[in-house]
Amino acid sequence: MDITFLLNGESVELTDADPTRTALDFLRETKGLTGTKEGCNEGDCGACTVMVSDRDGTRTLNACVLLLPQLQGKALTTIEGLAAPDGTPHPVQQALVDHHGSQCGFCTPGIALSLAAGHLNFDNDYKTLLAGNLCRCTGYAPILKAAEHAASAPVPDHLTQLRAGQGPAARAEEGPALPGSADALAHALMDRPHATLVAGATDVGLWLTKQLRTLPDVIFMNNVKDLQGIDITDANIHVGAGVSIERLRLALAPHFPSFAEMLRRFASTQVRNAATIGGNLANGSPIGDTPPPLIALGATLHLRRGDHRRTLPVQDFFIDYGKQDRQAGEFIEAVTIPRDHNNLRVYKLSKRFDQDISAVLGAFNIMINDGKVQSARIAFGGMAATPKRALHVENALLNQPWTRETVLAALPAFAQDFTPMTDMRASADYRLVAAQNMLTRAYLDDQGIATSVQAVMP
Amino acid sequence: MTQRRPLPHDAAPLHVTGAARYVDDIPTPATCLHIAFGLSPSARGVITRLDLSAVRQASGVVQVITAADLPFSNDVSPSIHDEPLLAQGEVFYHGQPIFAVVATTHLAARKAARLADVDIDTRDAILTIDQALKANSRFEGGPVVWSQGDADAAISTATHVIEGAFEMGGQEHFYLEGQAALALPQEDGDMLVHSSTQHPTEIQHKVAEAIGLPMHAVRVEIRRMGGGFGGKESQGNALAVICAIAARATGCPCKMRYDRDDDMVITGKRHDFRIKYRVGLDDQGHIQGIDFTHFARCGWAQDLSLPVADRAMLHADNAYHLPNVRIESHRLKTNTASATAFRGFGGPQGMLGIERVMDHVAHALSMDPTELRRRNFYRNGQQTPYGQTIEDFELQDMVAELLKRSDYEKRRAAVDAWNATNDVLKKGLALSPVKFGISFTLTHLNQAGALVHVYQDGSVMVNHGGTEMGQGLFQKVAQVAANVFGVGMDSIKITATDTAKVPNTSATAASSGSDLNGMAVKLACDTIKGRIVRFLSETSGVSAGDIRFEDGNVQVGSKALTFAEVAQIAYQARVSLSATGFYKTPKLAWDRVKGQGRPFFYFAYGVAATEVVIDTLTGENRILRADVLHDAGASLNPALDIGQIEGGYVQGAGWLTTEELVWDDQGRLRSHAPSTYKIPTASDAPDVFNVALWDGENREDTIYRSKAVGEPPFMLGISAFLALSDAVAACGMGYPDLDAPATPERILMAANRVRVT
Repeated sequence: MDITFLLNGESVELTDADPTRTALDFLRETKGLTGTKEGCNEGDCGACTVMVSDRDGTRTLNACVLLLPQLQGKALTTIEGLAAPDGTPHPVQQALVDHHGSQCGFCTPGIALSLAAGHLNFDNDYKTLLAGNLCRCTGYAPILKAAEHAASAPVPDHLTQLRAGQGPAARAEEGPALPGSADALAHALMDRPHATLVAGATDVGLWLTKQLRTLPDVIFMNNVKDLQGIDITDANIHVGAGVSIERLRLALAPHFPSFAEMLRRFASTQVRNAATIGGNLANGSPIGDTPPPLIALGATLHLRRGDHRRTLPVQDFFIDYGKQDRQAGEFIEAVTIPRDHNNLRVYKLSKRFDQDISAVLGAFNIMINDGKVQSARIAFGGMAATPKRALHVENALLNQPWTRETVLAALPAFAQDFTPMTDMRASADYRLVAAQNMLTRAYLDDQGIATSVQAVMP
Repeated sequence: MTQRRPLPHDAAPLHVTGAARYVDDIPTPATCLHIAFGLSPSARGVITRLDLSAVRQASGVVQVITAADLPFSNDVSPSIHDEPLLAQGEVFYHGQPIFAVVATTHLAARKAARLADVDIDTRDAILTIDQALKANSRFEGGPVVWSQGDADAAISTATHVIEGAFEMGGQEHFYLEGQAALALPQEDGDMLVHSSTQHPTEIQHKVAEAIGLPMHAVRVEIRRMGGGFGGKESQGNALAVICAIAARATGCPCKMRYDRDDDMVITGKRHDFRIKYRVGLDDQGHIQGIDFTHFARCGWAQDLSLPVADRAMLHADNAYHLPNVRIESHRLKTNTASATAFRGFGGPQGMLGIERVMDHVAHALSMDPTELRRRNFYRNGQQTPYGQTIEDFELQDMVAELLKRSDYEKRRAAVDAWNATNDVLKKGLALSPVKFGISFTLTHLNQAGALVHVYQDGSVMVNHGGTEMGQGLFQKVAQVAANVFGVGMDSIKITATDTAKVPNTSATAASSGSDLNGMAVKLACDTIKGRIVRFLSETSGVSAGDIRFEDGNVQVGSKALTFAEVAQIAYQARVSLSATGFYKTPKLAWDRVKGQGRPFFYFAYGVAATEVVIDTLTGENRILRADVLHDAGASLNPALDIGQIEGGYVQGAGWLTTEELVWDDQGRLRSHAPSTYKIPTASDAPDVFNVALWDGENREDTIYRSKAVGEPPFMLGISAFLALSDAVAACGMGYPDLDAPATPERILMAANRVRVT
């Protein structure tokens, strides 16, 4: 297909490009721009971090799982384009030198770009910005110091054009592999129901880079602007399937802080900037992080096939491992999250806090009225072949006084709801005990008792 | 004076702009071919059929190479020729290379490598320590035993006897730059190899063997690695060798880099250990006798496992005087990737053994763990279990200073108060010392060469046998050269490590880089400087003592010349401005069989105090604060040294917390990518991280009295593990008995055990 974008300010026009080629391979092999490094080729290390800009602003992405069509109409900035045209280093580059933020230097281009994007966006949550940039040498202290020292420097002139509203405008219809509207997408999928639908490519990318699959027919969602809206009404939050996890996180923060905090730990900034809510649901993984809280909130999924639309509760979408209630040619258009009364608490458990796949993810929406459990919607990831509600546990709580004794009495019900597995992330025993203890934590949190190690300050 | 200045890494401006070139960034001719290995799907068995026709027919494939196609030796072992480059009839671990695909692109090679049709008649794989012990599968025939005094007798008469056993996991290096090599055929069959290696001479040696040529026909060059940590001491051999073989066969440049998953599956890691201990103490907590048994899982080939296991034994004492001691070491052969060098080289495992003993004893005897440690510290004049006399013990003073700086007593009380009032979240605080022996234990490796040129414009090119992997070696050595000639840093260039410039080098390992190469470069610079001084003195009549090199000038009596002018004059007067330098570490004498002698030139010291908090509902945990005091002697560059200390601490803490290698019962590594193997991220570094250098000169005559700093700080991370143990202990009466890595799962299970006992 034909793809056009800006690379460090220069126009790149590709004709008949392989739509499954990664930006990383293009940069290194075709353009000889070797400052972008391959560290893991799966979006987990950040050595290939690049900045991508459009009218919505600038964000970081991992070039190793960024496919060329995703760059259509956008501006790509690599480490070679970070310093000013006259060679003046970007403030974060200079700070990294001055504060000894590089040792072996291999992660450094990616770190510089993550920090530069944060600098551009006035984002100073450096540990979150850098969660997707692994460094094996420094122990991070000098990198964080460099970030702080660069914060007050002005954005260099040559990058101000990458701010929101100033980047290149998205283009409309781009052909059958890159539809520009939900209608066009629906029609394309009716014509080619077995095409691979690519949203953020954070999973499909791995089919290519790790499973070495060939995808003969792909349809990209990145230009389907009408699936990228977030609509907040008194009753609902309506989220288009193409909304990135990062945008979702920011939108949910005022309404569901616990959900948003969990999303802060969902992969990394680079992955959240690419990954979409639709992709996370459609993927059907039992360890996807958005389904449990959506199920606990009673969210609704909107599906479309051609001109036929249907809705179903999110929890009913997951039928079995690898099997979802989605037909050929059908796609997720949106998810609706009800805003009515809720008491959502989301707990993500992983070996490492940041950028790790959950061993167990528990979402608790337990409403108390007059000291009794009035309603309980509890859902888990990592405990079964699909994201799954803990119906026996819910029943054990319903209409009971909200006390430690009730919680204790409900714990055996977990074994009725779940028979988790053992894998490299956790043993079955640990998963079960941790899930039970999450209920205890939900209770203690309700009582105002401290249970979060992340909230403890030195 | 350029020494001791906190200058940034010499390549920092290149790092931050993406201009620093690594092996895979070197522009290659259009004819360059790419290689990938086809890997064994089984941990152990006999290859009964190998059908590679689909591989050969795959798009872009130029050649397929099996063991039968190799022209000369089929070996990439750094030790005893037990490691075939490509499997020969049998496979010994899951992921072992069986064949190599040479193709027009990296992706084509990778895709084709998966198309092999391999039948393997599988055998029972020996995967675990227990399986290896049962099968008596080991290196060196039997266990190695070193002892001093009579441990058994001392333990049996001691007031208190405590025993236990625990496991500690291995560790993946996770250098950000994966293994890579590029071979470029030269005229007359010669080979130029770019290899991401800590050991260019070893690459040269193995490549020469593999293509049937003397070492002089092979030149190996490495400008920099994207991290090494020991993982590129021997593990790069396979890539360089297959590239050279393929380049020889095709006449084309050949490049290979491992995809990350392949890298993690194929290459060796830190040895995991089980350590059993039995210790006898008097009523004051002084160790009377101690008996250690080390079980090291070495993998399928010997690689560097013997010196690694030796170094574990050599650090079984850490900082403590063990008057009666017996250490038994089992080097077990298993059907897993061959464990290899990793920062500390067995030292961390040995040291964790004795620190675990201290932790256990303090708990059992209800003693203050820091006081217990101080009581057992060495005093100068005492001997180590291997007979080396301690002459430079710094830790009593360093610990006292760190206790003060970290406000330890007050925080200890605050932690106890917190634990008394918090049921769910428990805090822990622990201090642990490091005493690490500096020198290769294989004595002959303690040598280094350098080659220095002064050009007629006064610019200086320095070359030495050390390799740059991020530690800042090049900058430190450049500072030494600049200091000798009294010139600015911009006059000095250190070029890529090159076996054609300095021969017969040792690996940049054992923390020895700046000790050895700094000294060799200084000697070379001194030689040139001596010639210039002699010449200037003869021609000017000024006595040699009145000729000084400083601030870019050479002061000859009352006359000042620029260094560049002097270089020009000396050149015209036909003074040789090029010299080699050679250094060998003095005072070493080590009998490995007896386990006696002086294996180390000196010791480097450090101490860390770490505070953590754990969640007793899930086992989640984090480091709140770490205070570190580390001895780098008279530091050559305090900024680079602090960088090593901070990075070492976090990497050491990672080893003992989140970094978990998981194999399944088929011997397949399940944690083979950063998605499943978790090294620390920015938020895992301590919230408060105070790192300072202990001010003092090395008592031994090292380069400007500095001390080696590469490995020792890694073991400061042990304090994080001990702090977690301390936090778990706050849950009940029992001893936490924590295995490493202390993942949330292990911490929760330990907390639950402690509660019921």
